[in-house]
Amino acid sequence: MSQGKHLPSILVPHHKNTAGRETEVMPIPDVVKICMSQSIGAPCKPLVEKGDYVKVGQRIGDTDAFVSAPVHSSVSGTVKDIEQVRGSMGGFETLIVIETDKKQEVSEEVKVPVVNSFEEFVKAVRDCGVVGLGGASFPTHIKLNPKNVDECDTLVVNAAECEPFITGDNREMVEDAQDVLDGMQLIMNYLDLKVGYIGVEENKPDAIENLNRMIEQNGIKNIEVVKLQSRYPKGAERVLIYEVTGKTMNAGVLPAQLGVILDNVTTIGVIGNYFRTGMPLTRRRITVDGDAVANPKNVYVPIGTQIADVVEYCGGYKKEPKKIIMGGPMMGRATKSDESCTMKNTGSLLCFSKEMAEVKEETACINCGRCLNACPFKLVPQIYAEAYQRRDVVKLEKFKVMQCMECGSCSFICPARRPLSFYNKLAKGLVKEASAK
Amino acid sequence: MDKKFHNNLIVSSAPHIVSEYDTTRLMGTVLLALLPSLIASTYVFGARVLLLCAVSVIASVGFEWLYNIITKKRQTIGDLSAALTGLLIAFNVPSNFPLWMAVVGAFFAIVIVKQLYGGIGKNFVNPAIAARIFLFISFASAMSTWPLPKMAATADAVTGPTPLGVLAEGGGDLASLGDLFFGFVGGSTGEVSALALLIGGVFLIWKKVISPIIPCAFIGTVFVIGAIQGGGIMMGLWHVCAGGVMLGAFFMATDYVTTPKLPMGQLIFGIGCGFITMLIRCWGSYPEGVSFSILLMNICVPLINNFTYKYYCGGGKNEK
Repeated sequence: MSQGKHLPSILVPHHKNTAGRETEVMPIPDVVKICMSQSIGAPCKPLVEKGDYVKVGQRIGDTDAFVSAPVHSSVSGTVKDIEQVRGSMGGFETLIVIETDKKQEVSEEVKVPVVNSFEEFVKAVRDCGVVGLGGASFPTHIKLNPKNVDECDTLVVNAAECEPFITGDNREMVEDAQDVLDGMQLIMNYLDLKVGYIGVEENKPDAIENLNRMIEQNGIKNIEVVKLQSRYPKGAERVLIYEVTGKTMNAGVLPAQLGVILDNVTTIGVIGNYFRTGMPLTRRRITVDGDAVANPKNVYVPIGTQIADVVEYCGGYKKEPKKIIMGGPMMGRATKSDESCTMKNTGSLLCFSKEMAEVKEETACINCGRCLNACPFKLVPQIYAEAYQRRDVVKLEKFKVMQCMECGSCSFICPARRPLSFYNKLAKGLVKEASAK
Repeated sequence: MDKKFHNNLIVSSAPHIVSEYDTTRLMGTVLLALLPSLIASTYVFGARVLLLCAVSVIASVGFEWLYNIITKKRQTIGDLSAALTGLLIAFNVPSNFPLWMAVVGAFFAIVIVKQLYGGIGKNFVNPAIAARIFLFISFASAMSTWPLPKMAATADAVTGPTPLGVLAEGGGDLASLGDLFFGFVGGSTGEVSALALLIGGVFLIWKKVISPIIPCAFIGTVFVIGAIQGGGIMMGLWHVCAGGVMLGAFFMATDYVTTPKLPMGQLIFGIGCGFITMLIRCWGSYPEGVSFSILLMNICVPLINNFTYKYYCGGGKNEK
C-alpha cells in the first residue's frame, strides 16, 4: 500500500554479498561473556554466582526496573567469573563469563508459554528477553504495551534493512518467514490491531516473494508486504512510518502515539519462535562481512561470543583488520578490539582493512548543499556544524537540530568529507545540556 | 594471523563509509564538461586558445600554491578548484588576450577574491566572474577587441564586433541563429559555441553535479524577456545562444560556493540572473550583462538563503 510519497534519501552501495547464503550455525565457543546491559534502560543484576552451572535458556540476569529485559544464558557451562569492564558507551558494564561444556543442555525454565490475555502476552514477551534487534535494543515488551494500546490499529514490521552489507533480516524472511508471520499474528491478536505491513526494500526479491507466498498459503488477509525504494535510510523508524502509512512522526514522539506499533522483523521472528519452542533469545543471526574477512557469511552466534571467535569460524581474517563495526556501516559502532562480545543488538560484524577503515581527511565546506538535499527530514547539517563550532544553542534550536536521527546521510554524501553527522550528535548533546540547565 | 586478538582498532563516529564523490572529483567533472567547449573554441579561433587556457590555469594554480605556502596553510591545489577558476578566466576573455593580463586576472581571482576571504568555500563572489569584470574595467580595449572566427576572418579584418555588440550598436547584420548555436561568431574564448556548452551542461546535470534549476531558470528568463522585448521566439533563442548566457548559466551561476543551496533559492537566483542580464543587454550601456548579473546575484545569496531557510528547515511535513 506504499502511499507513494517519499522522503529525501540517498543511494548507498548495497554490498549485500551474503544475501543468498544460508545461515550457518557456528560451533559453541570455549567461552562466552554475556553483558548485563543488553537493552536501553537499566542493566540487569546477575542471578548467578561464580561457580554456578548454567544451562541454555536459563535466566541469568534480571532487574525490577521498568525499561529492561532479562538476559538468558546462551550456552551450558560453568560461570567462571563476573567481571566489570568499561563498555563501548563509556560506562562500566557487568559481564558474566561462562566456560562452556559444549553439551548445550537446555534449561528446565524453557517451555512454551501459555497465554490467554494481553497482560500475559506482554509478560511472555518480556520473559523471552527480546529487545529491538535492529540495533536500538529497546525492550520489545514495552513497545507492545503503550499507554494508548486501544488506539493502535496498525502493525508495521521494519524489514527494510537499508544498511549496506547486512543481510540478516533478509535471511530471516527467507528462512523463517513462518515465525515472522506467526509473531505478527500473535501481536495483532493480543493488541487488537487491524492491519499489518511488512516494509521491505525492493532489493530483496527472495524475501518479498517468500513472504507473499507464505501469506497466501496461510490465508492471511490482513498482512501486506510493502515494497520500499532501495535507498538509504528507508529503515529508519520515522521514515518507514511515513513511507508505509503516510503519517508524520517527529523526534520524541512514539509510534504508538500515531496508532502504530513498529518492530524489527527479526524481533518479530524471535517472538514467533519463542511461542513455538519456548526458547528465549539466546542466539542471533549475524552477518559477518567486510574486506578483511575470508568467507563472509550469515552465522547463528550465541549471544556473548567474542568477535574473534565468530571471525575465526568465517575463515579468519584475510587482511589485517583495522576497524571492526558492530552494526551497519552507516550507523554502527566501531569497537576497540575484537575481544568484545556480541550483544542482542549486534546484527552484523564488519571487518575493514586499512583501505576501507581510513578516516578521510576533512576539507573545507564548499557550500554545495548536498547535505541539505540528502537529509530525510530536510534538516540543515551545514548550519549545525557551523553553529556548533560557535556553540550557538539558539541557532541550533531554531533550525531544529533535535529532529536529527543521526542516520549519517549527510556525512556520507559530503564531498569535503566533513563528519557532519558527528557534529549533529555533538550539537544535540550541547542543546540537551543547555536545556537541562 | 598469529595473535588471538586485535586491539587498538580505529574507532570513529558513524558512518564508516563515504560517497565516492569528493571535492576533487566534482571539480574534475566540471573541467571535463568544459572540454567540448575548449575543443570548439580551438577549432574556431585556432591554437592560441590552448596557450591562453594553459597560461591561465597554470597561473591560477600557481598563485594558490604560493599563497598556501606563504600563509603556511594546508595545500589545496589538489582539489582542482583553482584549475577550474583558471580555465573559466580564459573562457571569459577574447582569444587574442595578452597573456600577462590573463596572469593578472588569475592573481585577482585566486588571491584577492578567493584566498583573502578564506579560500575555497568562503569567497562570496565567483572568482572567475570577478576577474572578468576586473579585467573588463582595467583593460577595456583588450577586453573588447574580439577576433573573428577563422571562417569569417579575411586578410584585412581579423577582429570585429560580437553579435551582441552589433545588436547594441544597431545597424549591421545580426549573426544567424545557426552560427550562434555552433559558434562561428566572434566572442570570448569559451562562450562562442552554445552547442558545446550545452553538451557540457547536460553532462553535469546527468552526473548530478549541478541541479538543473539555476540553468533552466536563467536561460528561461533570458528567452522569455528576449522574446517579449521584440522579435518573438527566434529573438528569444538568439539571446540565449548569444554571448555568455550558456557559459554563465551552466558553469558560473552554478558554482556551489556562491549560489543558493535550496531549490527555491536557486530558482530565485536563476531568474534574477536572467533578468539582470536582459536588463543590461536591452537597456544598459554594455552590450553584455551576464557577468554583472551573476556578480550582483552572488552578492544577494546570503539574503536569498536566509529567506528560503525560513520556508524550509523543519517546515512543512516535519514541523514540530
